[in-house]
This record gives sequence, C-alpha cells and structure tokens, in this order.
Amino acid sequence: MAVQVDDRLPAAIGAPAQYDPDLEQLEVGLLLEGIFKQYGFDFRSYAYASIRRRLWKRIEAEGLTTISGLQERVLHDPAMMERLLLDLSINVTAMFRDPGFYRVFREQVVPTLRTYPFIRLWHAGCATGEEVYSMAVLLEEEGLYERSRIYATDINEVVLQKAKAGIFPIERMQEYTENYIAAGGKRAFSDYYIAKYGGALFSPSLTRNVVFSQHNLVTDSSFSEFNVILCRNVLIYFDKSLQARVHELFYNSLAMFGVLALGSRESLRFSPYEDSYEQINGPEKIYRKVR
Amino acid sequence: MIREGTSIVVVGASWGGLAALNCLIGGLPPDFGAPITIVQHRSRHADNLLASLLQDVTPLTVVEIEDKEPLLPGSVYIAPANYHVLFEDRHLSLTTDPLVRFSRPSIDVTFISAADTYLSSAIGVVLTGANDDGARGLRHIVDRGGRAVVQDPATAESPVMPYAAQRAVPEADVVPLEKLADHLVRIIGRKGVRPMRAAL
Repeated sequence: MAVQVDDRLPAAIGAPAQYDPDLEQLEVGLLLEGIFKQYGFDFRSYAYASIRRRLWKRIEAEGLTTISGLQERVLHDPAMMERLLLDLSINVTAMFRDPGFYRVFREQVVPTLRTYPFIRLWHAGCATGEEVYSMAVLLEEEGLYERSRIYATDINEVVLQKAKAGIFPIERMQEYTENYIAAGGKRAFSDYYIAKYGGALFSPSLTRNVVFSQHNLVTDSSFSEFNVILCRNVLIYFDKSLQARVHELFYNSLAMFGVLALGSRESLRFSPYEDSYEQINGPEKIYRKVR
Repeated sequence: MIREGTSIVVVGASWGGLAALNCLIGGLPPDFGAPITIVQHRSRHADNLLASLLQDVTPLTVVEIEDKEPLLPGSVYIAPANYHVLFEDRHLSLTTDPLVRFSRPSIDVTFISAADTYLSSAIGVVLTGANDDGARGLRHIVDRGGRAVVQDPATAESPVMPYAAQRAVPEADVVPLEKLADHLVRIIGRKGVRPMRAAL
C-alpha cells in the first residue's frame, strides 16, 4: 500500500543532531533570564516542555538553528521579542470548550449564585476571550448577568484587544454551536452574533458588564474578592512552583464558599491548597472554598 | 535531567486502537518495568471511558492524565481528549496548543517530547490507524537513540499508520499484535529485573 509520508522529518521539528538536553536547558534558562532582565516578562517558571516546544517553533519560523541564536536576536530586536511574546503567551481556546463544564456550572453553581445580590467573577488568563463570552451568554440565559461583573484579565495586551473586539472566526461557528447546544444553551447560538468584518461579531451587550484588563499572574497581586474565579487551561503552562504561587493568589482572592473553576484535566491534587476546597460533584474540576 | 536506566514506553493508536490496546496492555505482566503513555486519537468531547475499558483488562494502574501527573513504572497513562501530552522531569504536562496535522492529542507531539526527554531510553510503539500520525515522532525517537516498534500491518485493523511508520523508520521492529506485549517485556524487563541482554 502506498502511503505518503511527509519526508521533512525531525530536522524541521527538533534540535541539532548532536543533541544535549542539559545544554539546551542551560540555553533556555539563559534566554528566559535575559528576557526577564531586558523586557520584564517573566517566563522563568513556565512548564519546561511546553515553553521549549514554543521556543523551537519560533526558532524554525525565523530560520534560526539554536536557542542561543534566538537569544541574540531577542535581546537586540524588540520586534522579535513581540513575536516571541505572542508565541509564549497566547493560549488557544474555544467557545464553550468542554461543554460539560458549562452544564455542571449551570446546574450546580448557578443556584448558589442566585442567592447573591451581586456576583463578581474573575476570568484569569482569558486570552482572546472566547470563554468570557461563553460565560456572559450563560449568565444572561440564567437571568444573572445584570447583577454580575466579569473581570477578564490576561498578561497580553494584544489578545485583550481581540477579546474586547468580540470578532471570532466565522468558520468556527459550527463547532461553537455544537458546543453551545451540548453546554445546555437555551436559545439559538446565532442570536448572539452577526456576520461582519469577515468574522462573527458578537453582540456588544454581552460585554456590558465585562472589565478587560491587563494582569500578570506571575508578578501581580490580588485586586479584589471574588465569588467565582475561572482559570481554565492556563496553569498547565506553569511549573509546579508557580502553580502553587498562583493557587495562593486565587485562595486569597476568593470569598468563603467562592468557586474556583479549573480546566477538565487540571486539579488541586498536586497543590498545597487541596484541603482548602471541596470538589463539586461530578467529573468537572469545579471547587468550592470551604476553609 | 534523566535518571539512568529510566525508560518510557509511548504508544500511538488511531482507527481500531481500542482492540489493539486491549491486546497489548492486557498482555503485560503486573510488574512491567516502565511507565506507558498512550495517545489514542478520539473525539474532542470523549470522556475517560478508554481508561476504564483498559483498566478492565490489566492489573497495571490505568489513569487518564491530569496536568503534572507523576510518572510511575507499571502505570498506564492515557492522553485526555483535546490536549497534547508532553514529558517533563518525571511527570507529564498538558497543553492546549493548536492541533498538529488535525490531531490533538497528536502522537507525533508526544513521541518527539519523549525522544527529547528520554533519548535512548524512549521506546515508541505505533499501532493501527488510518493516517500517518506517529511516523515523524517515531523517526525522531530512533534519531535520538531510542527504539521503534511497529504493529505488523497485516495484523492491524487499519494498516495505514503502521505502514507510514515503517516507511519513516525502516529499522523498526515489526511485530504481530499478539506478540507485542511479550516484545515490550523483553525490551523493558520487569520491576527490579534487568532486561534480557539479547533484546537490547
């Protein structure tokens, strides 16, 4: 049987032939230290395997061959730093990613939220905003949006501007509609957007109670007390020590009985705050602060 | 970074993978000497059914991976739907980075990470499937000094993926499905027992 295999094999993926992982780790450490000292962005405690993978993608895109080569370019060329910053800080997401999460949130968290006169939510690491709009839709449909305020933060100003604009790729609307229905959506998903500017423009009324703002989970402190903190598939990019620090920040930013929502394959199992929360019934990683 | 003598087995499967994995994992002894990480293509909404089905056929501990999952010998780790799996120092990390050649989890992504982390101690296994994911990753494992095993296409429900892997890695061991478990035991050995010299 003839099978076409792309022959551009690991030369395009990996590192030089004489591969020394310890040397590479040294180079990565020097690069991240240099970025921190020169530009103030602190990626030093990011999960090594994923940051390494993202660095190599940038190295290939620039036609470079080593991490040290990238370091030279980054330190001397701010435009290169901007490109690398996008590579390192953008987390990919989707509207109603993991529909089961939104279903459980509706069924198990919303009833408690109804008892509050005012609801403060923090969406930490909101990236391009898909999940912020998803939560706004959910709160709107549950009749809670009027008394809610969503603080949507990200380290990266560029993605925040995209989130504010509320224009998402039209070709993904079919996938998002499926997600929305599976998430327990109560209307037609197309009620929320119109085709415009070459994309799907979401109703600006969905962000009337959203405050988009730059916040760095690595270096900034708490800025309020919240009833709900959503931080889904952001901490996976951090190493264990940084995850522990951010969990401390979340713990200190949550009201008692406040809810912490993590990604479906994240958990508090490996965190020092495991005992401070109870997991809400079911497979989703939704925790309530109990002590 | 790598501890001497610590091996890892990474398995990639796609179309027809469940039956093949049942046979492979079901054939491993309870004292199998290395962690096994499985990347099986599936729908982005899939639940952890695959882990519970495999748990039914093996005394090894089967878990669907959570971020920062520690790696233990004799445990079987399943890539969750809609995440890529990467190797760190003795644990696993997840990412939601973009699909790679239409897949997340991607077999290539996990194989390449295993190769770069474990070097000659990585063993890649490509099973049945109807695409060519895994071929580049398996090549990378061998280029880093690791070992490649491919399910004999004649025993695969869909031979496309094993053929692609064989083409990319002509030096791979080609093994019929029912002998794959024994083959891995000969390469890896059992807990506390050195592998047989002849297999290395």
